[in-house]
Amino acid sequence: MTAIPNTVDEAEALLRSGDYLPNRSLATALYLSLSLGRPLFLEGEAGVGKTEIAKVLSETLGRRLLRLQCYEGLDVTTAVYEWNYPRQMVEIRMSEAAGDRDRGALEADLFSDNFLIKRPLLQALEPDEAGAPVLLIDELDRTDEPFEAFLLEVLSDFQVTIPELGTITAETPPLVIITSNRTREIHDALKRRCFYHWVDYPSAERELEILKVKAPGTAEALSEEVVGFVHKLRDMDLFKLPGVAETIDWAHALTQLDCLSLDPEMVNDTLGTLLKYQDDIQKIEGSEASRLLNEVKSQIAAAGAA
Amino acid sequence: MAKTPIPDVPPEAAGPGGLLSENIMHFGRVLRRAGLPIGPGQVLAALNAVEAVGLGSRVDFYWTLYSVFVNRRDQRDLFDQAFHIFWRNPDILERMMQIMLPDAGGAQQSAEDAEEISRRLAEALNPNQDGGDDNEEGEEEITFDATLTWSAGEVLGDKDFEKMSSEEIRDALDAIRRMRLPIMEVPTRRFRAHPSGGRIDMRRSLRAALRSGSDYIPLMKRKRRTRHPPLVIICDISGSMERYSRMMLHFMHAITNDRDRVHTFLFGTRLTNVTRYLRYKDVDAALERVGEAVVDWSGGTRIGHSVHEFNQNWSRRVLTQGAVTVLISDGLDRDEGTGLALEMERLHKSCRRLIWLNPLLRYEGFEPKSVGIRAILPHVDEFRTIHNLDSMRDLTRVLGAETPRNMESMARWRSAAA
Repeated sequence: MTAIPNTVDEAEALLRSGDYLPNRSLATALYLSLSLGRPLFLEGEAGVGKTEIAKVLSETLGRRLLRLQCYEGLDVTTAVYEWNYPRQMVEIRMSEAAGDRDRGALEADLFSDNFLIKRPLLQALEPDEAGAPVLLIDELDRTDEPFEAFLLEVLSDFQVTIPELGTITAETPPLVIITSNRTREIHDALKRRCFYHWVDYPSAERELEILKVKAPGTAEALSEEVVGFVHKLRDMDLFKLPGVAETIDWAHALTQLDCLSLDPEMVNDTLGTLLKYQDDIQKIEGSEASRLLNEVKSQIAAAGAA
Repeated sequence: MAKTPIPDVPPEAAGPGGLLSENIMHFGRVLRRAGLPIGPGQVLAALNAVEAVGLGSRVDFYWTLYSVFVNRRDQRDLFDQAFHIFWRNPDILERMMQIMLPDAGGAQQSAEDAEEISRRLAEALNPNQDGGDDNEEGEEEITFDATLTWSAGEVLGDKDFEKMSSEEIRDALDAIRRMRLPIMEVPTRRFRAHPSGGRIDMRRSLRAALRSGSDYIPLMKRKRRTRHPPLVIICDISGSMERYSRMMLHFMHAITNDRDRVHTFLFGTRLTNVTRYLRYKDVDAALERVGEAVVDWSGGTRIGHSVHEFNQNWSRRVLTQGAVTVLISDGLDRDEGTGLALEMERLHKSCRRLIWLNPLLRYEGFEPKSVGIRAILPHVDEFRTIHNLDSMRDLTRVLGAETPRNMESMARWRSAAA
């Protein structure tokens, strides 16, 4: 188990030790959120590694990862707790048969810890030997406003109230990471309680580094071409730009196909791993792809010559 | 710059607390004046954060303040500029000085977004500036212009919207203000207690059993909640639509203030999101803000370009959860429909229903001849006119029903456009 980082440098090193290469601003935001005990709010396009941060954090710190995947209509029974009704029914029937308990005792039994099904938010408040868990609230923008308002209460006090049991408060608050794809603006009141970070596409150098770590089997020349091509694509007018995840997928795919250097045909055949909309693929496929590829190759050649 | 609250002592020289905390507070205030939503809470958080990170390097100091003060992507530039000016970076300060010079007024009108922000910041840094400031006068004038346009519209009211007199226009506006538009409700995944609901509410059933103390468990039911989907309005304000756009704006204002989850966009040659301005309760205040925000009134139309802009930047943010989209346009496109069909197809695929309101449709012999109209028609679910109060009221019936009401007429339009 690793200790919570004490400086921004340590925070950066921590993520790097988990094969995640952050930039300085992300490391700062993460360090602040860890040391001041406020949630980290990560926003960015799909596939830039938002969720990955939480996973790496739980791994490197040796904490438990609790993930709450958001969707429309998410409510308390799926996010916080639910009573185990079938078991309660059986218990009532059994106590009737045995006739050993009076009403008050039965009620106290029925609504006790034994019959409680704990969901991620409640689990996150429980003490853990390894230290407070990492709570990942994923794609918060998918849920609706009422849940957001509920979350506000949980995240500010780290406590939830179960009418039958009373209020449950976390001894040490969990490390909270919230991600959003911005399909909807999250309310300011929630953002205000968090450290905000916009996860951008990485620079070419950083992406090359990422490829080295995440797709180590890829030939160096190929990696350079892959990153160059993806960066060209990100300058284009596409509906969905390829993220880092797509770059890594593509590198894996090309390595699998024993490709050592990009050629137009290969690009056309594997374009589906990079672009996920038919319109975008149509736009790039064929002559546009070979034009971009030529540009990339000549740039790399020029850089090599210099 | 005499009254600018720039600190006398560079922050590096001051220890934690004392001058530094004061400066951070001033910095927070500057950002607030520049329009960032920053309260005392954030300033305190910033102090804590700076204390935690320490004053080792300027870069860390920057990102520390950044992560506390910035909570939206579009605030990044503003923060960046403010930081470098406030915490003294000579290069950028020089650039800022130039922007703040009086002759910037002319450039400001054609303003690039970045310059616009800088001007806001300049005002925020220098709130008490008085006299000899062309910038402010320039702004006055713009505001004045906008109001003039609106009152001129009032006088010219009888020009159209079915040749109304100005008095009739006023009555019409009144009617619009009172208009309520029920959108059909769609089931959500949330439930509420209901005596004849389709599902059993276990939680309430068990509670009730224990409460009543009898031998049986009374079954409590629950039912899905319903809710209206978001409504997105994209309205054409180009020259050819001029006669209608004023009515449309009042109409949109009425809808926006009637419910939540309405998003409004205007376009001529470019797309502007005016949702926030239309939320002002007072219709004149709202329209005045819209007038300031939109730069392409009564110009040409670039429908394809504008819809493309919408698809790229907004569709994924506002068309979630099954939004109904209303496109108000006459379909006359300056770009001759270049790329329009593709963009309309994308738009159609991203929303629950796409309704096209076209004032040209009121003419008896209207035929979908223009390239733009023929590019749009195959991709809409509903094609209606909107040229008088009745057609607006009709729209309420359309929005209130789940399925398109006039499949036949849609089929006829499509074959006419093919």
